[in-house]
Amino acid sequence: MDLVEFQGKQLFARHGVPVPPPGAVARTVEEAVSAAEAILGDGASAVVVKAQVKVGGRGKAGGVKVVRSVEDARAAAEAILGLDIKGHTVNVVYLEPASDIAEEYYLSVLHDRVNKGDLVICSRQGGVDIEEVNRTDPGAVVKRQVVPSERAGGLPRDIAMEVVTAADLPAEVRASAADLLVALFAAYLAEDATLTEINPLIRTPDDRVLALDAKVSLDGNAAFRHGDHAEWRIEGIDGDDPLEARAREQGMQYVKLDGDVGVLGNGAGLVMATLDVVAQNGGRAANFLDVGGGASADSMAASLRLVLSDPAVKSVFINIFGGITRGEEVARGVLGAIEQLGHFPQQLIVRLDGTNAEEGRRLLEEAAHPSIIPSPTMQEAAALAVAAARSAA
Amino acid sequence: MSIFIDEHTKVVVQGIGSQGTFHAARNSAYGTQVVAGVHPKRGGETWQELDAPIFSTVAEAVAATGANTSMVMVPAPFTKDAILEAYAAGIRTIVAITEGVPVHDMTVVYDTVVRDGGARLIGPNCPGLISPGKANVGIIPADITMPGRVGLVSRSGTLTYQIMHELAQAGIGISTCVGIGGDPVIGTQFLDVIQAFAADPDTDAIAFVGEIGGSEEQRAGEWIRDNIPDTPVVGYIAGFEAPEGKQMGHAGAIVKEGGPGGESAAEKQAILAGFGIPVADNPSAAAQLMIERLARP
Repeated sequence: MDLVEFQGKQLFARHGVPVPPPGAVARTVEEAVSAAEAILGDGASAVVVKAQVKVGGRGKAGGVKVVRSVEDARAAAEAILGLDIKGHTVNVVYLEPASDIAEEYYLSVLHDRVNKGDLVICSRQGGVDIEEVNRTDPGAVVKRQVVPSERAGGLPRDIAMEVVTAADLPAEVRASAADLLVALFAAYLAEDATLTEINPLIRTPDDRVLALDAKVSLDGNAAFRHGDHAEWRIEGIDGDDPLEARAREQGMQYVKLDGDVGVLGNGAGLVMATLDVVAQNGGRAANFLDVGGGASADSMAASLRLVLSDPAVKSVFINIFGGITRGEEVARGVLGAIEQLGHFPQQLIVRLDGTNAEEGRRLLEEAAHPSIIPSPTMQEAAALAVAAARSAA
Repeated sequence: MSIFIDEHTKVVVQGIGSQGTFHAARNSAYGTQVVAGVHPKRGGETWQELDAPIFSTVAEAVAATGANTSMVMVPAPFTKDAILEAYAAGIRTIVAITEGVPVHDMTVVYDTVVRDGGARLIGPNCPGLISPGKANVGIIPADITMPGRVGLVSRSGTLTYQIMHELAQAGIGISTCVGIGGDPVIGTQFLDVIQAFAADPDTDAIAFVGEIGGSEEQRAGEWIRDNIPDTPVVGYIAGFEAPEGKQMGHAGAIVKEGGPGGESAAEKQAILAGFGIPVADNPSAAAQLMIERLARP
């Protein structure tokens, strides 16, 4: 789960990472105006209005504006709310007192998939695309791998000091930057984050360091030990499809796509392959849905109900190759779901193979339901599903 | 021969609930030596379905039965401790089926068990592995394949079954099939399995199933080009239709927006083609490529 900036800053603050004074979230121009009034009324000389979307390059896209009056804040909010930034619509802005910036740096802690450890990245060049700096001036980007045995009690301060020194942060701010990095690393570990990034990390004219931005990704697999992470899910923030939200509540692996063939299957790889095969047969999948291992009749019914509730879905391709999911459970789930759903117009093309698949196929055949078309192979099933979607459209 | 597991494999199962028991019983019925179950509160009981003893700890199971392989099926919150316990008990082949293990847990496990420990950890979030005719450890349905000389390695469970099934229908069997798992941190990488296949005199050809995300397929492809250019290798990468920035089920299956590149299926296909390794557009076509490749004199 990715957090937007203001959430990331709240998370940072909990772990002692210095951030600017707290601001306010606004969903409408009027809310933004009252937030700006409050911040300016508190004595701030300027307010920054920032688009809350989960994508980089907001500044360049016009999603960040510094204003000195309530009227300018209104204009900024009007310009930013509704703006499209790389396909992400801005529904929420964050307003906070503008910070005075002397210099901008870069600092992050992330899970490094290649080395299977943690990686600290620091650069004296911040506020710019760090990938670009890494390409043009790799010497300016310091990377330090941290193995678990080094960070059992948190990131040792001498490693933090070594990193900010190697990145050539100015002597005046090294100590406070090292402290900030220790706190950032603590946040990364304690919250089961896979990314905590500050770009820019700023130096103020009075030599403090602050996280002016915050990019945080949390590990969804660790949600069982972070009951509080659910509170970061805020409706309508950014790219949150209502069906995806519903699927998440039910613990399903669902991604909304833009075609008309509903797809569900067991196993992420098989479902991905199903999307590929549907496309190769001239169709487009309406969604990705992995019913997972050990799918019971109930979870199958819930999955099917979710897919059928998408008005874009004109036919459904159920692709099951049984390992952990047994064929008769799948068949009972399909039949049970049909019973619960009553009448629906879409054809269900069901391909069933693997563990206890014969038992499953026998159950489906005995039911002889007019909406179910059994098919023995992925290719044939895909062709049938695409054809059914076309004739229904 | 085969890799990682064979007729000498003796399995202790950690996690003997209904799913663990269901699959352990299937593994046993296939001929795998499933010698013990472990449950902290059921030590001393008999595991009825398997007619095997239950021990409170892996160490006791190892001492009493000579178990040399563990199958981990405990829930995700306990997987880290279960793997570390198996390792501490001297087990050096650990197969972790469980999905949903936190990345930070696996980072610690990887360091202890694999990087510094030299053990063979398969998974987590994997279907396990099978050496047809010898042993099956995990949840792979054994009756869809047969002994043969093609090695299969995959990040996806059900997709692996698909390809095994299609090869079997063409009369082609498997030396070993390893499902390495779909998580960002897994114990055994593509390359580890491919190197093991290269060293196995009874594996003549290799089929692989990759996914979007990461760069392990590319790393393996480069090694294949440099070391075993004459071995028939074909593959499939799932996720040609996956949009950027969306996690497709598996925690590791994501093409990062503005990421380093090379993570999409099309990019991986092109990079591997550059190494002389054909990557099919769908699983059936991959099986077909292998069938054609093996038919060539």
